[in-house]
Amino acid sequence: MKYIDEFQDPELAARLLDEIRATVTRPWALMEVCGGQTHSIIRHGLDQLLPDEIELIHGPGCPVCVTPLEVIDKALEIASRPDVIFCSFGDMLRVPGTGRDLFQVRGEGGDVRVVYSPLDALRIAEENPGREVVFFGIGFETTAPPNAMAVHQARARGIRNFSLLVSHVRVPPAIEAIMQSPQCRVQGFLAAGHVCSVMGTEEYPALAERFKVPIVVTGFEPLDILEGVRRTVRQLERGEHTVGNAYPRAVRPEGNPAARAMLDDVFEVTDRAWRGIGVILDSGWRLSERYRDHDAEHRFQVGDIATLEPAECRAGEVLQGLLKPHECEAFGTTCTPRTPLGATMVSSEGACAAYYLYRRLELPARAETTAPSLKESSVV
Amino acid sequence: MSDTTAAPDMLSWTCPAPLRDRPRVVMGHGGGGVMSAELVEQVFLPAFGQVAPGGLTDSAAVELGGARLAFSTDSFVVRPLFFPGGSIGDLAVNGTVNDLAMSGARAAYLSCGMILEEGVELATVGRVAEALGAAARTAGVRVVTGDTKVVEAGHGDGVYINTSGIGLIPPGVDLRPQRVVPGDVVVVSGAIGLHGVAILSERENLRFEVAIESDCAALGGLVEAMLAVTPDLHVLRDPTRGGLAASLNEIAAASGAGVVVQERAVPVPPPVASACAVLGLDPMYVANEGKLVAFVPRDQADAVLAAMRAHPLGAGAAIIGEAVADHPGMVVARTGLGGTRVVDMPLGEQLPRIC
Repeated sequence: MKYIDEFQDPELAARLLDEIRATVTRPWALMEVCGGQTHSIIRHGLDQLLPDEIELIHGPGCPVCVTPLEVIDKALEIASRPDVIFCSFGDMLRVPGTGRDLFQVRGEGGDVRVVYSPLDALRIAEENPGREVVFFGIGFETTAPPNAMAVHQARARGIRNFSLLVSHVRVPPAIEAIMQSPQCRVQGFLAAGHVCSVMGTEEYPALAERFKVPIVVTGFEPLDILEGVRRTVRQLERGEHTVGNAYPRAVRPEGNPAARAMLDDVFEVTDRAWRGIGVILDSGWRLSERYRDHDAEHRFQVGDIATLEPAECRAGEVLQGLLKPHECEAFGTTCTPRTPLGATMVSSEGACAAYYLYRRLELPARAETTAPSLKESSVV
Repeated sequence: MSDTTAAPDMLSWTCPAPLRDRPRVVMGHGGGGVMSAELVEQVFLPAFGQVAPGGLTDSAAVELGGARLAFSTDSFVVRPLFFPGGSIGDLAVNGTVNDLAMSGARAAYLSCGMILEEGVELATVGRVAEALGAAARTAGVRVVTGDTKVVEAGHGDGVYINTSGIGLIPPGVDLRPQRVVPGDVVVVSGAIGLHGVAILSERENLRFEVAIESDCAALGGLVEAMLAVTPDLHVLRDPTRGGLAASLNEIAAASGAGVVVQERAVPVPPPVASACAVLGLDPMYVANEGKLVAFVPRDQADAVLAAMRAHPLGAGAAIIGEAVADHPGMVVARTGLGGTRVVDMPLGEQLPRIC
């Protein structure tokens, strides 16, 4: 596969950085919406290279981080049943629910399997007609279409022992919610390129106009992100607020019509709770009435599981740029990737986890070291 | 989209309580990272009592009857049993041979404990045994003792193997992380990530444009070639579970030195980089089975590198960084674009990302 080195070229990056420096005349706060972008920014040290005037605020676009605690608890409940094969993408297995995670359910005898596609789960359902197979359908507009396709195929092929535990969320309502917050400091958005590759850009002009913010569709490689920053800053400096596309190799204005049609067929828009944020109206999808018999929440009667999330973590402030991850008193002490207090420390795409993993060198020495202490060895 | 969205008070956004201790074994305890180390430190070592100092290393250096021996054991539970570039039989020999080689020892004798699952085809067991025998001949080691157990169907993945090995440590060779000093040069013997990606793509039936084969190989000859240049190598590690990141972190923690890695100097083959990009994995954390990382005195680095490149298993050797006095115990990467980041000890297993 090509196109990795090309988008990590140091010379091109230096050129883009020079251009950004030449453009900036005052401080700007930009939010990269997607956790994949946050991860890339911190991993490649882009925030260290950008001029001081540009502050990157890390958005809520990490699918693992924003899945509500009560949905994880529903997953744990379903996965614990002896008649169930519970299938999930790998990184959901480590996300803590109330007191347990899916790894632990597997350790207790639950049949929990990591798959790479919901269609793999569908195949498992076909191969195990005597058992219930449930796929954990979480994430943004990027992961929703294949999940919709799996349900659509299950219906078409009469695979009745397949169901989906759905907690899908949508980006535009989250941007709207962020911009409506009285504490909001965001002046421009780097929109999530992969989301737009599915949905296109039609939902964004109204947001850009309403909140007077530039929104630039941005990819994930270092040069993609720098180009997104360059275009956003250029608009801000000129007083513009339009929707730009800095990821044209993957994103067309209309997105992917086939994927959108599949979403329209299988899902319907609903209010969704976001872990660490709360309920945002119309911000997610659930299975539509026609496909309700493939809804694991109904099938296993876990709809009444409700979990109260104790207010122990300051992720909300982190997500709006009022607090950098390492400024939280719990960071690196009581809150680490191993013992996450909150959503932003749960997955490597969360802002706190990215800072913990990659930035402890520059941070106060509060963060605990995770390296095991190896004892002096000698010949006996 | 609704126009009636209530404006959220972001200051009230809350988060869940943490998950603390696990009452049961989970896969992460076998991942070669922090959880594995804690299991050994907190459960095994206190129970075992008198163990050799350095009991957390893959290979122990012990004296017996005047001889200086390296002694190592390893268990192999890989699925599938046969994969591009090797099999569980190859791993069972090379894994233990390489652990001994990291002590500077040329493996002499191996034991082989077979745990077979009821119902596995004898032809499969035969193929595994053939592969194991061939790997032993290639490595120049003899299997001199063994054991076979059979477990009921459903209680194993067909074949599990444990091998233990012994070998002599040459005089004047003292490979320990504690010998690392700032200024040491970090050398890796070739492309990283091949084994882990090969296994993952085979296990999960992931098809990439370019077939990726495991680098499974016995490193005794390469280590001998390096020691022939200078017996004063400071430490060697074979970065298996947890990958290069785990090995560098172990060395940094045990030596008290910091380690700086130039990210662009780390040899990551394009197919591995692509597969890792697709799966959301970091090649630095992916397992290798035929590579070593060495900390070499600066004045010997060029000669050692040349000797490595002259050996078939070191043809792709590269200097990737150095030991430093800064940030003791911590591994830091200089990114290709000029930034820096911490390269942490893996916690448990790397997990493929959702998107």
